[in-house]
Amino acid sequence: MPITINGAEYELDVDPRTSLLDFLRRDAGLTGTKKGCDHGQCGACTVLLNGQRINSCLTLAVMHDGDSVTTIEGLGTPDAPHPLQAAFVRHDGYQCGYCTPGQICSAKAMLDEIAAGWTSTVSDYVAGRPTLTEEEIRERMSGNVCRCGAYSNIVAAIVEVAEAQA
Amino acid sequence: MKPFDYQRAHGLGDAGQLLVAEGAKPIAGGTNLLDLMKLEVETPTALVDVNRLPLGGITPHGEGLHIGALVSNSACAADPRIRADYPVLARAILAGATFQLRNKATTGGNLCQRTRCYYFTDLSQACNKREPGTGCAAIGGFNRIHAILGASDACIATYPGDMAVALSALDATVEIHSAKGDKRTVPVRDFHRLPGDTPERDNVLEPGDVITGVVLPVPAGGTQLYRKVRDRASYAFALVSVAAVIHVEDGKIAKARLAFGGLAHKPWHDARVEQLLEGQAPSDALFDQAAALLLEEAHGQGSNDFKIPLTRRTLKAVLREATGGTL
Repeated sequence: MPITINGAEYELDVDPRTSLLDFLRRDAGLTGTKKGCDHGQCGACTVLLNGQRINSCLTLAVMHDGDSVTTIEGLGTPDAPHPLQAAFVRHDGYQCGYCTPGQICSAKAMLDEIAAGWTSTVSDYVAGRPTLTEEEIRERMSGNVCRCGAYSNIVAAIVEVAEAQA
Repeated sequence: MKPFDYQRAHGLGDAGQLLVAEGAKPIAGGTNLLDLMKLEVETPTALVDVNRLPLGGITPHGEGLHIGALVSNSACAADPRIRADYPVLARAILAGATFQLRNKATTGGNLCQRTRCYYFTDLSQACNKREPGTGCAAIGGFNRIHAILGASDACIATYPGDMAVALSALDATVEIHSAKGDKRTVPVRDFHRLPGDTPERDNVLEPGDVITGVVLPVPAGGTQLYRKVRDRASYAFALVSVAAVIHVEDGKIAKARLAFGGLAHKPWHDARVEQLLEGQAPSDALFDQAAALLLEEAHGQGSNDFKIPLTRRTLKAVLREATGGTL
C-alpha cells in the first residue's frame, strides 16, 4: 500500500533505512520539513502522522504504508495560510525560520490535544480538563527547540490562534 | 546506519520465530532503537516490525486493566481510567520525553528502553553493556547521571524511564509471549535486572520473546504522586524520581508503595522501607528513618554523590505531601 502525504499517494519503494524525514525531503520532494538533530531532540522534523505529531526522523518510511502524513506544505500555502502560519508571521515567531515548520506542525497538534482533553505534566489535575495557560504551552512545545530564541513570540502566536478558536 | 532486513510480523507466532534469529530485534515506536541504530550502538541484522500485531487497546482485566503492548504512551496517559484510577502512572508518563515522542513510544517498547549513559552511546569509550568485556569508562569518569544503588564493578548505568517506576510502585505485571508460544507473566519489579557481571542484559526477556501487555492490579486508591527531579524543567531524564501510593487512616500510614527512578539499573523498590512506614504516624523523624534505610547501601561514584542527599530530600518531600504535611 502507498503512503498518503498531504492527500497525494507515494510508493514506498526505498531502502528500509530511509527515515520518514528523508523520504519526505528526498523522495517526495517536500523540503518544508527540516532536519535538525536527526535524533528526536530538536523537533524541526515534526509532522502529523494520522493527525498526531511525531518526530519524522525517528521512524522508518517503510513502516508507514497505508498511513497519512501532513507536513507544513499540507497545512497551508502562501496564498491561503493556516491560521498558525499567519499568526507566526504576524508575531514574528521566528528569526532564521529553520525550526518554524516543526513549530507550526507541533502547535497544530497541540491545540488538537488540548481540545481532546489531554493533560500534561504541569496540569494541576491529571484527571481534569487542561486549560491553555502560557505554562502549558511552553511545556507542550518543549519538544521543539528554537536556537534563535523566538519563544516569546511563538507562544504569543499560539495564544492568539487558541483564543480565536475558543 | 548498518543495513538490515526489514520484516513485518503477521502474528505473534510469526514474530517469535523471526525474533529468535541471531541479530533480530523488534521495532514498535522505534524512538529509542532508531536513535541508537543511527549511532551504531545497536546494529541489528533484521528488524521485525511488530506494529501490525493485535496488541493495542486498554481493556478491563479482572478488577484491574490490561494495557496492550502497542498502546502509545500518549494514549495510556490520556485514558480516563488511567487518569482517574492510576494517576501515578499518568503522571509518570507525562513527566517523560515530549508529546512527539510519547505519540510514538509504546508501552512495551518503553519498558525496553536503554540507558542514557553517555559512555554507552559513545563508540570510542569502553562499555560492558555495549561491548561485554571492554570495561566501564563511567567508573572514574563523568557519572552525574549514574547509579547509587545496585551497581556493579562492570556497570553503573541507570534505567532511564519514568513509566516503569510508576508500574513498579503499582506492582503491575508484564505479559510475555515466548518463541515457543508459551505465555508467562513477570512482575515489573522483576522485569529489569541489576547489572552484575552481565550488564548487556537490561531485562529478563529471552530471544523470541514478545511483550504482549502490562496488567495493572485493582486500583490502589490513596494519594498517588510522581515527583521527578531533573536538570531542566521539561524534556530531561530523572536524576531522581519517586512514585508513591500512600494511604493514611486514623492518623497512621496504613499502606505505602514506593518506587524510585534514576538510582539504579532498574526501577528501585525496597519493601523494607514500605514496612517501616506502615502502621506509623507520619513524622519527619519517621521519614528520616525511611530514607536512611532506603539509602543504607547507597554508594556515590564521584560526580553523582549529590544523588544520595537529593534522594533523601525528595523522598521526605513526597512523604510529607502524601500525608498532608507541608513541604
